[in-house]
Amino acid sequence: MTFLILAVIVLFVIAGIRVMSIAALSAELRNRRQDDIVTDAENRNQGNFWALFVIGLFAFFAWQLYAYKDKLLPEAASAHGPEIDMLFNVTLVLITIVFIGTHIVLAYQAYKHAGYKGKKAVYFAHSNKLEMIWTVIPAVVLTGLIAYGLTVWNDVIYPGAKDATVIELYSKQFDWTARYAGKDNVLGRSDFRSIGEGNDLGMMEDGKGDDDIIVKGEFHIVKDKPVLFKFRSRDVIHSAYMPHFRAQMNCVPGMETTFEFTPTITTAEMRKKLGNDKFNYVLLCNKICGAAHYNMQMDIIVETQEDYNKWLSEQKTWAQVRQPKTQTAEISNTPNTEPASGVDM
Amino acid sequence: MSAMETNLPHSESDVKAVVAGHAHAHEHDEDEHHHHETFISKYIFSQDHKMIAKQFLITAVFMGVIAMLMSVVFRLQLAWPGKSFPVLEAVLGKWAPGGVLDPNFYLALVTIHGTIMVFFVLTGGLSGTFSNLLIPLQLGARDMASGFLNMLSYWFFFASSCVMLFSVFIESGPASGGWTVYPPLSALEQAMPGSGLGMTLWLVSMSLFIVSSLLGSLNYIVTVLNLRTKGMSMTRMPLTIWAFLVTAILGVLSFPVLFAAALLLIFDRSFGTSFYLSDIYIGGQALEHNGGSPILYEHLFWFLGHPEVYIVLLPGLGITSEVIATNARKPIFGYRAMIASILGIAFLSFIVWGHHMFITGMNPFLGSVFVFTTLLIAIPSAVKAFNYITTLWKGNIQFTPAMLFAIGLVSFFITGGVTGLILGDSALDINLHDTYFVVAHFHLVMGSATIFGMFAGVYHWFPKLFGKLMNKKMGYVHFWLTFIGAYGVFFPMHFLGMAGVPRRYYSNTEFPIFDNLVDINVMVTWFAILAATAQIIFLLNFFYSIFKGQKSPQNPWKANTLEWTTPVEHIHGNWPGAIPEVHRWAYDYSKPGMADDFVPQTVPLTPEEEKEGAH
Repeated sequence: MTFLILAVIVLFVIAGIRVMSIAALSAELRNRRQDDIVTDAENRNQGNFWALFVIGLFAFFAWQLYAYKDKLLPEAASAHGPEIDMLFNVTLVLITIVFIGTHIVLAYQAYKHAGYKGKKAVYFAHSNKLEMIWTVIPAVVLTGLIAYGLTVWNDVIYPGAKDATVIELYSKQFDWTARYAGKDNVLGRSDFRSIGEGNDLGMMEDGKGDDDIIVKGEFHIVKDKPVLFKFRSRDVIHSAYMPHFRAQMNCVPGMETTFEFTPTITTAEMRKKLGNDKFNYVLLCNKICGAAHYNMQMDIIVETQEDYNKWLSEQKTWAQVRQPKTQTAEISNTPNTEPASGVDM
Repeated sequence: MSAMETNLPHSESDVKAVVAGHAHAHEHDEDEHHHHETFISKYIFSQDHKMIAKQFLITAVFMGVIAMLMSVVFRLQLAWPGKSFPVLEAVLGKWAPGGVLDPNFYLALVTIHGTIMVFFVLTGGLSGTFSNLLIPLQLGARDMASGFLNMLSYWFFFASSCVMLFSVFIESGPASGGWTVYPPLSALEQAMPGSGLGMTLWLVSMSLFIVSSLLGSLNYIVTVLNLRTKGMSMTRMPLTIWAFLVTAILGVLSFPVLFAAALLLIFDRSFGTSFYLSDIYIGGQALEHNGGSPILYEHLFWFLGHPEVYIVLLPGLGITSEVIATNARKPIFGYRAMIASILGIAFLSFIVWGHHMFITGMNPFLGSVFVFTTLLIAIPSAVKAFNYITTLWKGNIQFTPAMLFAIGLVSFFITGGVTGLILGDSALDINLHDTYFVVAHFHLVMGSATIFGMFAGVYHWFPKLFGKLMNKKMGYVHFWLTFIGAYGVFFPMHFLGMAGVPRRYYSNTEFPIFDNLVDINVMVTWFAILAATAQIIFLLNFFYSIFKGQKSPQNPWKANTLEWTTPVEHIHGNWPGAIPEVHRWAYDYSKPGMADDFVPQTVPLTPEEEKEGAH
């Protein structure tokens, strides 16, 4: 098999060389003049090709917009999501206009001004007016875009809800663990030196962690209730990516990062909207983390407060599942879940 | 400019004095055949900039072919995940058991593909080839300021390439943490097999590469500033030289920072320090390392990494300026604005690195600042794009293959550039960071655009490199297939990104939400195969033309710049007689009142021009 492929390649190369020798010989026979390296006919053809190509490129673009419209992410399922989507759409319209406009002009120049013998190009070296136009217009448009973008960024990144449910998303090669803060809404302290058999998160005995609830596989959140995620990693950098909520934050060993959002569409509602009763929101890893990076996931269930309460009451607290005397390490002087600085490193 | 000109070497003897270290400097006026060069001094340890340019080019072509084949292999896996391709097992052995790519080796391929393309092809290959070839030739210099350093620059590059290629063949596999090699993944052998010896070799290779780049860049800067011929003021230099000069300055300022990043990583890996490591439990034990931060690495890496984008792109833009003006038979539009935009881009490129880090845990306010600077860089970029298009306006366009690639660059530069406005906006980056949208963006604006710049350069200066012409018809076929292929590969990737597909995934099959995207991946792979096949045409044309191509006339494209005043056959010292003197800028194409549609820089100004106060 390999031999066959190699043989085909070798033959292809030999054939290519033969074709080229013939082409070279025939060019010499025709005694081609060397002062017109590109002929008028070739210029005309290439100019036409440019026009055709750009039309084809637009068609390809339009076809993709049409064919892929149902394959893209569905409407945002978080409170801040529509704001991001609107900014995206505004920017997309803007850049599509630029893309199409400049390509029309580009293809038109190539088509219209294809060279021929005896043609004289216009000597046009600069124009302060034109250059001013395409410095100032982009500057003005970009100023608007920057202002708009930063407004959205500030809204998203500093939501400042006071009653947010605290959930820790803890990452390691290659899975996620979610930890709920429990009744006191305060996560118990943890330290990587406390990690051991039956204590994957390195929970420490400080009392505050006893009511924490640790879950794997899927975690639940409540519709219209803000959630403050605190991210940690115990080995390499991961990234907690929740595309349906337009949310993402890296999980960095040695520091805690945060992201807060409010889900707005329950899983059941989204299934109905999509006509897919198997649909689930997912948490993916989006920072290369090793061999199984492509399969590091957790399902996210968005539900009503009642369903959530029911689910939560079925889960065991840390006090219930922990094995006695797993905690050996001293409480560290450098706790790593407590710093109040949040993402502010 | 007059202050600057006083520093110029005004006569040939001055030039010789500058290159006094050069053994042959005093023989230039004599018959060149009196040199007794051995095979080794001529072809291997050559100090002649033209030979070094060829060495860089051939090495880069070789590396490029390898990196491209790697991309075809992982594209097969992405389109048909889990399908067995017996040929893969035959070639890759244990890395593709049963003909299915191993996940670790998939990541290794992605990593080495990126590393080779960014550093070895588009940095070393592009700058190494064209800065070396064109800086002395277009400035009217006998050679680089230091031929010896120039030779060292190539051989460090060669050694670096060898180490990088060697790393692919070791037991535990090459570096696999992505081309950015973020620690702790790249720092800890327990994290993935590629972070063992493979990563060590990657760091050794990159260190050698940085040495090569610095030696080259310093040489380019010194040569441009000191060895311009009489009359070649800074504002008469072709835009190629401006681009190479600024690129070299960017390299000198940013590569040492990458070296620092790499050095600290070496310390963390081998000497137990904790610059980037803290609070890590891996492989069943808590590590001693404490107090470091991977964010520090990201800052250091991207402080190089973003200027690097422009180190890659600017030479391509410089080449395009030259090729478009020459083949439109028109002066480049807005010469001074082009210089200003190169300088503007270069300055801004140093203060935008944080846009790679919006969601790494960096302070969100700092993110806001980087949004501002990042979007500003669109202004000089827009100026360049519009100026290229205006240069075509009412031209007498000669569609040489080089011209096609140059216009292709403009197209990619726009298409890939505009999506930068999306990714540079931190709020939008939240959902697109590290998705295929990013892959699409940088492959168009940095990958495709720059490789097209490189192709434009190869087709345009092939006569200067090898004294032959490349086959034009094959050039046309090569261009259109590559152009269609590249758009076919990278355009649909935007949509994959908008569907939320992360990059560097071995397969999308584990997520039902991505099940409906399989056909996009299949189409992309077919386009990739098309584009890769088209490169066979290029390679055939390239190597055939070196040996059997049609002999080139002295000035095949009727260009104004000085390199076309040298003889077709390479000679040591470039010009057989005195170094030409320059009387005008490089862009007097189709100037009214002139007999020809080009006026070489060596032609003195006519009395009428003097009156008008021409350049």
